[in-house]
Amino acid sequence: MCVVDSLCLCLCVYASVSVSMYNEPVISIRNVNHYFGSGRLRKQILFDISAEIQPGEVVIMMGPSGSGKTTLLTLIGALRSTQEGSLRVLGQELNGASIGKLTQVRRNIGYIFQAHNLLKSLTARQNVTMSLELHANLTAAQKQRQVEEMLTAVGLESHIDYFPDELSGGQKQRVAIARALASHPKIVLADEPTAALDKQSGRDVVDIMQRLAKQQGSTILLVTHDNRILDVADRIIYMEDGRLSNLETAPV
Amino acid sequence: MFAIPLAWLQLKRERIRLLVALAGIGFAVILMFIQLGFRDALFDSAISMHENLEGDIFLISPQSTALIAMKSFSQRRLYQALSYEGVESISPIYMDFALWKNPIDRRTRSIMIIGFNPSEKVFSSAIVSDMSPTQIPDTVLFDTASREEFGPIPDLFKTGKPVTTEVRSRRVTVGGLFKLGASFGADGNLITSDLNFFRIFSRKPGLIDVGLIRLAPGADANQVYLDLLQGLQRLDLKPGDITDLNDCAGLRKKELARNPTEPKGDVIVLSKQCFIDFEQEYWKSSTAIGFIFGLGTAIGFVVGTVIVYQILYTDVADHLAEYATLKAMGYRNGYLLSVVFQEALILAALGYIPGFLLAVILYNLTRNATALPIAMNLERAMLVFCLAVIMCVISGAIAVRKVQDADPADIF
Repeated sequence: MCVVDSLCLCLCVYASVSVSMYNEPVISIRNVNHYFGSGRLRKQILFDISAEIQPGEVVIMMGPSGSGKTTLLTLIGALRSTQEGSLRVLGQELNGASIGKLTQVRRNIGYIFQAHNLLKSLTARQNVTMSLELHANLTAAQKQRQVEEMLTAVGLESHIDYFPDELSGGQKQRVAIARALASHPKIVLADEPTAALDKQSGRDVVDIMQRLAKQQGSTILLVTHDNRILDVADRIIYMEDGRLSNLETAPV
Repeated sequence: MFAIPLAWLQLKRERIRLLVALAGIGFAVILMFIQLGFRDALFDSAISMHENLEGDIFLISPQSTALIAMKSFSQRRLYQALSYEGVESISPIYMDFALWKNPIDRRTRSIMIIGFNPSEKVFSSAIVSDMSPTQIPDTVLFDTASREEFGPIPDLFKTGKPVTTEVRSRRVTVGGLFKLGASFGADGNLITSDLNFFRIFSRKPGLIDVGLIRLAPGADANQVYLDLLQGLQRLDLKPGDITDLNDCAGLRKKELARNPTEPKGDVIVLSKQCFIDFEQEYWKSSTAIGFIFGLGTAIGFVVGTVIVYQILYTDVADHLAEYATLKAMGYRNGYLLSVVFQEALILAALGYIPGFLLAVILYNLTRNATALPIAMNLERAMLVFCLAVIMCVISGAIAVRKVQDADPADIF
């Protein structure tokens, strides 16, 4: 384990150095095409996508179901291999990147899912700690403090040692946000984080997300159908039939 | 190591499943313990007599295969051995099976009878303390560890009344008790004098079954052994040929490799260790018993592997979305594999404990029910623990393939 740990440590250092050096968009997409299936069943999902997202921006991506939003999100999140075109995230080219490099990029991204995807066997505290475990440059006490601060920031200071089963939907989603943001990621990717929540919880969740991301200077890319939360965006992009049809600045 | 023991927390979360898993592994562990225990008990019981014989070198017929199938040979060979330097004394031993009649229900059953001169010390005094009763005609000593089917002889004897019954249709009296233990070959044992032995079996002196040789104190055991091998077994050995008195396999190989036309001795000379080996080798390789218990152990191992695999597979399948989330967070495959293997090892260790405890209880039950020398020992405890760990690691290795299915792209 030590060997692996020290290896992660070097990689983390390497990654953070390369991250701090960029003065370019955190996400830069150029002429990306993506296909599902193979042979005769091969179907193109994304068509010639190009976009740039600057550090600190809050971008909402909208569009009908099946338009390819989630696919684009998983590509940016280094969860899928890029097939065609250039996709640079935090200064790293993802097209043709090795699994190891993709894993490395993932550690600088916070994910918030439609389903909270918390580990059921772990308490809120342990769930958030799991994301800090990957950052070996913190002592146990620092991690502990950071976890508690994070859970306090999302308003769960009284539920720190609860299991996911003992929390409401909104509370679970707030733990998920704490988990995603605990390690101060440069990018936060969120896929319909409010879809399973009622109006008030959804509003709270988005507000917390926006506030924390702004504090940390994170970039947020948020996929949503929810018109009630569009006001948090600096910019809204539309996806339709695999094409980014429009780029415009949201009315503030 | 990571600060959060995810493997343990995940196992602990599903209490019922954990208990079922532990029951399954415990069952496999018990199965292996019982099979190996029976096997070892067989081998131990088969040689309990050998171990308690007070002799250094033994002569047997080349046609003998085991204590239960001894071929007699001429006692001249044994007396010949007396002429060798370093040999202090000898004792001829006679053994055979006869039907013993249970004095209570009159049913007969085969019992092993061992005869020797009561004035000679053939068994250690811990086993046979007093041979003097056998000097009376038709008086025998009865093994208290014989199976119950022979009748409650020890209880009857201790009441003080004379216990008489029939052996090979000859009226005999139990004159004393000793404790040697039943074996798979002999359900019970009697010891008597050589003369009583001849009476029971209508045998004449002259043919013996085992020749026991005691060496003089300070004699060079290797040299005497070598001399006897050369002289009585007529094995062509040079002085450097046996360095180890107990290299039984090597000597056996030499004996078998002999040219059939060259003259052979009509006895085989065995050191005490080789005499023990000779008996064990018979039970291990020439009977089905060693194989059967080995197979039983293997089945326990396979059953355990399947159970652990099922548990781990279900566990991984249940946590697949969580594992995919961890991958999305930047955890490597290696971390997830280590979680599964940790779970496997935790299951092995936890399942072993109840299995071990129950096996000890079952050993006690078996010992009381069968008079076989079956007991837990460190060697077997370690062996089964290692088997349990290997079992769980194999299951883990099969189950981790499922972890590869955890695709972080699927969870959005």
